[in-house]
Amino acid sequence: MAQRTTTRPGADPRRRALRHRRLLGAAFALPALLLLGALVAYPVVFSVVRSLFDASGDRFVGADNYVEMARDPATLTALRNSAVWVVVAPVLLTGLGLLLAVLTERVRWATAFKLVLFLPMAVSFLAAGIVFRLAYEQDPDRGVLNAVVVGVHDVFVEPAPYPTARAREGLGLTGSQADGYTSGELRPGAVAVLPFVGVAPGAVPAAAGPARAPDAVPGALTGTVYLDFTPGAGGRPGRVDPAEKGLPGVTVEAVRDGAAVASARTAADGSFRLDGLTEGTYRLRVPAAVFAAGYGGVDWLGPALITPAVIGAYLWVWTGFSMVLIGAGLAALPRDVLEAARVDGASERQVFRRITVPLLAPVLTVVFVTLVINVMKVFDLVYVIAPGPVQEEANVLATRMWLVSFGGGNDQGLGSALSVLLLLLVVPAMVLNIRRFRKGGDS
Amino acid sequence: MSRRAGGVRWLGSAAVQGLLLVVALVWLTPLAGLLLSSLRSERDNASDGWWTAFADPAQLSLDNYRVLLEDSGLVQAFWNTVLISVPATVLVVGVSALAGYAFAWLDFPGRDGLFLVVVGLLVVPVQIGLLPVAKLFGAVGLFGTVAGVVLFHVAYGLPFGVFLLRNFFAEIPREMLEAARLDGGSEARIFLRLVLPLGRPALASLAIFQFLWVWNDMLVALLFADGGSQPLTVALQSQMRQFGSNIGVLAPGAFLSLIVPLVVFFAFQKHFVRGVMAGSVK
Repeated sequence: MAQRTTTRPGADPRRRALRHRRLLGAAFALPALLLLGALVAYPVVFSVVRSLFDASGDRFVGADNYVEMARDPATLTALRNSAVWVVVAPVLLTGLGLLLAVLTERVRWATAFKLVLFLPMAVSFLAAGIVFRLAYEQDPDRGVLNAVVVGVHDVFVEPAPYPTARAREGLGLTGSQADGYTSGELRPGAVAVLPFVGVAPGAVPAAAGPARAPDAVPGALTGTVYLDFTPGAGGRPGRVDPAEKGLPGVTVEAVRDGAAVASARTAADGSFRLDGLTEGTYRLRVPAAVFAAGYGGVDWLGPALITPAVIGAYLWVWTGFSMVLIGAGLAALPRDVLEAARVDGASERQVFRRITVPLLAPVLTVVFVTLVINVMKVFDLVYVIAPGPVQEEANVLATRMWLVSFGGGNDQGLGSALSVLLLLLVVPAMVLNIRRFRKGGDS
Repeated sequence: MSRRAGGVRWLGSAAVQGLLLVVALVWLTPLAGLLLSSLRSERDNASDGWWTAFADPAQLSLDNYRVLLEDSGLVQAFWNTVLISVPATVLVVGVSALAGYAFAWLDFPGRDGLFLVVVGLLVVPVQIGLLPVAKLFGAVGLFGTVAGVVLFHVAYGLPFGVFLLRNFFAEIPREMLEAARLDGGSEARIFLRLVLPLGRPALASLAIFQFLWVWNDMLVALLFADGGSQPLTVALQSQMRQFGSNIGVLAPGAFLSLIVPLVVFFAFQKHFVRGVMAGSVK
């Protein structure tokens, strides 16, 4: 047909070429338009319509699914988490990117640094998720983050000396690890032998010497705290045997009428001496602090911290992006303006706040908007890092939409409504893109 | 005065260098942890941290990788990743190039309006397509196949691809194309011999971006692939439930899935950065 019209006598060859080009243009664009129409545009319409029907799709329910969104606690949690994400992550990323971009301008190995920070952009969110599940592991012996946290913590707060120790039962001390142990009533001049068990041989400090019961001292309570355990066999419970070790560093208090009136720490051989006691009766107490369980680190993957923890992983992935983009903007700043300000006596901080940041504003806006759009769709990281039991607390819109539609919920009405909400949230960006394109012509 | 200022500057510079060094180390630590964990036995991983390997390098061995490569399911998943990523990349680049050229230089009815629609589709979230396309694919037998996963990725890669290439092709000087047309070159010939070679930088950026996007995807494949067509990300994800006892599979598996993107990253740094930057509008 096209053949016949083009060979019609009198047809202008230029027009013929134009016509040919138009047909060809349509043919070239057709595959893209077909795919976009069937798999992107049509689903938008379908989802909007589907969101007005119930779970099975049989009954028209109007806006019920949208009302349900505002009522369902799990969906509300997801909405709240998404809001936290959208507010926190882009702000932190833009700030961090700006800071690092400014700092890298001053070092010679800036390229290598940028490479390292950009590296996670090549990594899948799944791999990043596995990486951070490892790092966030609760046990400080396995999770690197808690290993650091516990290490720092123990520098400032001395860990309890004997978290596993407990008093030998029935030999004068009563109580528990949680409440501490108390002896019977004693008068000054008495010698108390306080037997403990439950300390692994490796956990006894190297400085510990053989246990020795000290001599009685008038006007003072003396005694020894020791590990009532003879390696091998042959020890007698409640007696200080030759091979048994003292437990140094244990706090012992003299208690009168429920209040501690004197306190001492045991020496290398486990001995202690409480001086300056007036006549009367006292009880000896080994406080609970001696047996406090060691600091176990932070529960990163618990319900309280899961969202900050996943945002942390997200920062690891995206900081390089924000830094490189802002760095490119910095490099394009007019040097002479900055120099002029410096010559006029402006401090580095003034130059940064009054000149660099305002001039960078367009770049910062682009970075920020891009991050907001990406953060709104975050799915994989949350899905992978949050362990099953805290998935509910970690959910964002995209993961909630997934769980509702496919992950057992099987409510495709509500699921569609959630995906429409996701779409609505990016509509401002869509309008911005179109407007920017129309105004800028080509770019 | 200058001496003191110099001293202060030196101190400041040392502080900046130190700070950046710490940041760089912090950034590398998680990956180092993954690599070392993947080289340690299940028992070592259960009892202490990967950093003990620095004191005791004898812990490290390739045993986990050997076991992994004997696991036919995971090897198949690795090939599925390749089978999905390569065609999805080639198709997006090809279809986008055709459409980009048409939108830039071939006038057809409704061209400008349609292009605005394409720009609008740039930020449409993948989530909106999941359910409708799943139903569509179910009806035509594409659900659960590699082809279905590929088609979905192509469709959602197109807005960016068309946008990028149309803008790049539009920069080609008009005289160059006019001259080629006057020389009697057909449009197809001009496209192949002139436009594509000129557009190579943009095509490369698009290809790298799209390839990594698809290679690293989990969400799309989670829905559209079945047990036989699932890529590595999905296969590994299904092992996450028993994370603690599966580190011996997950760590080397994750590392295996990283190698290809890392090679692409280091081999095409410039295109990679440019592609990711340009693609960030998605």
